[in-house]
Amino acid sequence: MHRDFWAMGGYAFFVWPSIGLAIGVLIWNILSARRHHARALVRARRALAMARSETT
Amino acid sequence: MWTWFYKLASPPHAYRSAAAMAPWFLAAAAVMIVYGLVDGLVFAPPDYQQGDAFRIVYVHAPSAWLSLFAYTTMAVAGGIALIWRIKVGYAVAAAAAPIGASFTLAALATGSLWGRPMWGTYWAWDPRLTSELILLFLYFGVISLRQAFEDPARGDRAAALLGLVGVVNVPIVHFSVYWWNSLHQGGTVMRLGKPHMAPSMLWPLLAMLFGFMCFFGAVLCMRVRGEILDRERQSAWVRELVGA
Repeated sequence: MHRDFWAMGGYAFFVWPSIGLAIGVLIWNILSARRHHARALVRARRALAMARSETT
Repeated sequence: MWTWFYKLASPPHAYRSAAAMAPWFLAAAAVMIVYGLVDGLVFAPPDYQQGDAFRIVYVHAPSAWLSLFAYTTMAVAGGIALIWRIKVGYAVAAAAAPIGASFTLAALATGSLWGRPMWGTYWAWDPRLTSELILLFLYFGVISLRQAFEDPARGDRAAALLGLVGVVNVPIVHFSVYWWNSLHQGGTVMRLGKPHMAPSMLWPLLAMLFGFMCFFGAVLCMRVRGEILDRERQSAWVRELVGA
């Protein structure tokens, strides 16, 4: 039963890479969105620091 | 309804609303995707013709649906931004593009892996496959065009315009299997009348579909926050936010 599940009726070479790829895309989207927001925060902080240094 | 719409057009309100909504979308997506994958891979019976290879549908079809949904979201948001000069619209359009491109790539790759055992080839210049590939190029075009301008506002407008022009490809992708002779199978879920799928196969597919939609909502909210921050960097509310 366990071995049959992983064999996917002989289509394991096609099924598991598809599932893995889709899960990879889901994970990439979360990490990429988090990094995008973090970088935007850094840029905004840098802009604020530059504006403050110009006024002093 | 209109009050909500006008409120959402305000960048600080949209920024805070996106932060509040993202975890709910993500939690709903996690529940539905885990259920869909377990039910689809473990409990759904094999297809009488395609055997276990049919299980690729549980990631292929939601990715393909999302590729079209994200493009439509991007085009509508860009259109709203162009017509009513709402900056948040440009932020939503910019946020939707890479998400849509990644799922278009996933739809093409998983379709290719499904095509090899069923059609005997990884790729065919079939109307559905070709129009989906054009969709990927449109995403790349929109993303590149936005970055090609030194003035971000001009980049936003140009990308929104290209997004609107390219939206004509969305019905072409969807109806290509009916308009032309295609290797690709016709619709099985979105049909008038009864879906052509047994309930034991259909329920996990519907769960995956709604799970991917919720996932799109979650990452769109997360990504749009960065886009709003970039566009509002000089405004008082962002300075207050990052200076605190």
